[in-house]
Amino acid sequence: MITLTVNGARRTFDGDPTMPLLWFLRDELALTGTKYGCGVAQCGSCTVHVAGKPVRSCQALMSELQDATVTTIEGLHPTGEHPLQVAWREIDVPQCGFCQPGQIMQAAGLLQRKPKPTDEDIDAAMNGHICRCGTYPRIRAAIKAAAEKSP
Amino acid sequence: MSANEFLPWVRRAVAPHAPADEPTSLDATRDSTDQPQDLQRRTLIQLLGLGGLVIAFGAGGVRRLEAAELAAGTAANPWSPHVYVRVADDGIVTIVCHRSEMGQGIRTTMPMIIADEMEADWARCRVEQAVGDPKYGSQNTDGSTSIRDFLQKYREAGATTRALLEAAAAREWNVDAADVFARQHEVVHRPTGRTKSFGALVETARTVAMPAPESVRIKRPEERRWQGKRMPSIDLVPMTTGTAVYGADLTLPGMKFAAIARPPVWGGKAMAVDDTEARKVPGVERIVRIPETPIPGAFLPLGGVAVIARNTWAAFRGRDALKITWDAGPNGSHDSKTYQAALETSIRAPGKPGRTNGDVAAALAAAQRKVSAEYHIPYLSHAQMEPMAAIARVRDGKVEAWAPTQSPNDARNTIADYLKVDKASVTVNVTLLGGAFGRKSKPDFICEAAYLARETGAPVRVQWSREDDLRHSYYHSVAAHRFEAALDDAGKVTAWLHRSAYPSISATFAPNLAGPTPDELTNGASDVPWDVPNMSVEVCPAVAHARIGWYRSVNAIHHGFAIGSFVDELAHAAGKDTAAFLLELIGPDRKVDLSKAGLVDSGETYYGAPWAEQPLDTARARRVVESVQQRSGWDTPLPRGRGRGIAVHRSFLSYVAMVVEVEVKPDGTVLVPRATVAVDAGFVANPDRVKAQMEGALIMGMSNTLYSGITFAEGKVEQSNYDDYRVARMRASPHVVDVHVVESEGSPGGIGEPGVPPAGAAIANAIFAATGVRVRELPVGRQLEGWETRASDKGHAVAG
Repeated sequence: MITLTVNGARRTFDGDPTMPLLWFLRDELALTGTKYGCGVAQCGSCTVHVAGKPVRSCQALMSELQDATVTTIEGLHPTGEHPLQVAWREIDVPQCGFCQPGQIMQAAGLLQRKPKPTDEDIDAAMNGHICRCGTYPRIRAAIKAAAEKSP
Repeated sequence: MSANEFLPWVRRAVAPHAPADEPTSLDATRDSTDQPQDLQRRTLIQLLGLGGLVIAFGAGGVRRLEAAELAAGTAANPWSPHVYVRVADDGIVTIVCHRSEMGQGIRTTMPMIIADEMEADWARCRVEQAVGDPKYGSQNTDGSTSIRDFLQKYREAGATTRALLEAAAAREWNVDAADVFARQHEVVHRPTGRTKSFGALVETARTVAMPAPESVRIKRPEERRWQGKRMPSIDLVPMTTGTAVYGADLTLPGMKFAAIARPPVWGGKAMAVDDTEARKVPGVERIVRIPETPIPGAFLPLGGVAVIARNTWAAFRGRDALKITWDAGPNGSHDSKTYQAALETSIRAPGKPGRTNGDVAAALAAAQRKVSAEYHIPYLSHAQMEPMAAIARVRDGKVEAWAPTQSPNDARNTIADYLKVDKASVTVNVTLLGGAFGRKSKPDFICEAAYLARETGAPVRVQWSREDDLRHSYYHSVAAHRFEAALDDAGKVTAWLHRSAYPSISATFAPNLAGPTPDELTNGASDVPWDVPNMSVEVCPAVAHARIGWYRSVNAIHHGFAIGSFVDELAHAAGKDTAAFLLELIGPDRKVDLSKAGLVDSGETYYGAPWAEQPLDTARARRVVESVQQRSGWDTPLPRGRGRGIAVHRSFLSYVAMVVEVEVKPDGTVLVPRATVAVDAGFVANPDRVKAQMEGALIMGMSNTLYSGITFAEGKVEQSNYDDYRVARMRASPHVVDVHVVESEGSPGGIGEPGVPPAGAAIANAIFAATGVRVRELPVGRQLEGWETRASDKGHAVAG
């Protein structure tokens, strides 16, 4: 039996310990904002925070998550108004929207570490994410806009 | 619980303008997979049953649904409306969106046009997604058609609704109809200033005389509130909070999870299945054989072996543990290297003409200066971020599916054919699409879910892995192109011979097809805007050995890359600046009825309309070229290792020019720091979404040109995931994309697709300008390694 905290709530899991966190979130908890895009840490769609840092939930096995603290896009901000979520909407970043929860979670990790990121910081942090609609220029702009607003 | 409660895409109705301070409910309503999710949505039938004023638009024009139809919950047959607008007694306006949302913004732009014309308050408008139903006519969201085909219909539906509400107010006040006008959800009596809300007018609006269609006034440009201005997507809140619902995001009570092992070769078959190990995987419940579909197979599933499990992970693990002996079938020797050689042979002999002007052979024979080149483009896969996923349930003889489909009607019909049930018993609900690019116009994956739901008796969600997606796609055609051109003493093109060979999309539907037909050349090859007296555009044979399908821009991708690259080669051969050369090639302003311009066997219609109605307007091509030439700083020099490329292309009735700037690193890595785009798509309803489509098209063009390629060996796809099917990422992508949307009141052209075709050529031409290396085979991949020490390609100067 594995016990962990997801978006502030205690959760338990007693299934296949090789199951990645991604599928626990999606299939067991119905937290479907975390997306499956590749399963091999190539696209970043499944990014969540574990202990406050962005991780690819397709690679984090349940067996390694005893007592872990997990935050998903649904728990990033209680009313969905994290500065990045606001900036994403103001700049109309999403097209299909599918990869954006992962992008936002990664960017949130970046801003926590580097509140005023340079272009190089943004490229380095975000290059592991894929958006097939091609919203990269707007993602870059939204991260900068959110960073400018933060103290 | 009614199945229809699952209908749409957000777990909570969100007003179109929903501000950030109106959060979407989080996981409170979906803690347990045993509980139905509260989606607070209604079906169309319920919508109509609610009464109010309901306006519908169909082939026969705009109509108001009568009381009996509202009571019955459907419009009387055989009338087939596309658009439903309902004004309820409380004034809430509900607009049914009959097109699928895949990132282009149609769920916003379509209702915005209607609401604008009816003078509704956007805050009091709601959007409902239509299920697949023939009463909507074509719902197939492809071909960049949504605004192109429906702008006028949306406007008429909105304007008629406004006219009825105005007439209702005039009657209630007993005043002259000329003295009232609608303004933001109410009707105003001009002389007295008194007002009445839309909701309060509904009852009367249901009984006033329908206005004659010719009397319904569409807004003049200066009266428009939102059309032609930026309107943010209605789905922004759910998309940024993780509550938007895509294909795999719904859970039905008792639902099973399925993964499928499909034949690795097109036309292959499982000969022996050992599922001993698969059954040992915790959570695996059943193994189900799906019969293989004989090729070509059209929209039907490939077949194979399905693992049914209690969660997706168990299904994937179980599927990986299957030991299957496959018979490869007739395509087991398909090999990309030998196939490329076959295409090369094919384009070196005359093909079927798609356009003939003058005498190309004579002009080439007489020419002082001839230039020729060949280009190769690999198979491509859509690789949309959301791998295929669909949910189905079979209950009481009825099939219901939930899927990210571009074409719910095709899905419905195909499921009915596949399961041999009546179409009327099949319902297809459309979720949001996590990218589609043409892949999701094929319902093979939805049929899989329906088949497994019937076989298991439980609701089933089929999840494709990324590997499944790349290995079992409907691929963009591999292609080869050959050009021969003649230049006169002044450097003008006097002859243009263009031959191409590629397996046809039709081969997915018709067995034993020898190659494409000439009409496929009208997707951006035989309809080029060039002023050349002697032209021959031909298609050459190519047999299909893989499923071929539509991929954003379709044949225009390889047409656009090859044509735009060759134009640059010609300009260099002529010793001219490519922008100036392009303008010369386009020639004097003229409108060309292409059906009288030498086209051969090109079909009755062109992009769905008679040829004469869709003339080629070379002034529009010229203007977009001039726009990017001026805005990009085209004439300012760049150091070696950096360069600009230019290309123009017309497809889906829109004209797009691009100047792309590249920086090529010493190791051959290509960055695209900036790009300038000009697009003339006629009237543009939501310009910011058009800009977004151009940004995305450029970046997809980067993927197609620099990184992506599907190859086959022994009939099997060699790529498996994003590590070997590479696509554009953040670091290489532009910091600046300057998009000039030409303001126009002209009839709208497509937007989703026309930006991709010029991107590839503009990038390749920029690489030539930066490095002197001419890219004639895609993707660029590692071709530029060591470019600094290489001699410039023979005969061509490096552009400044």
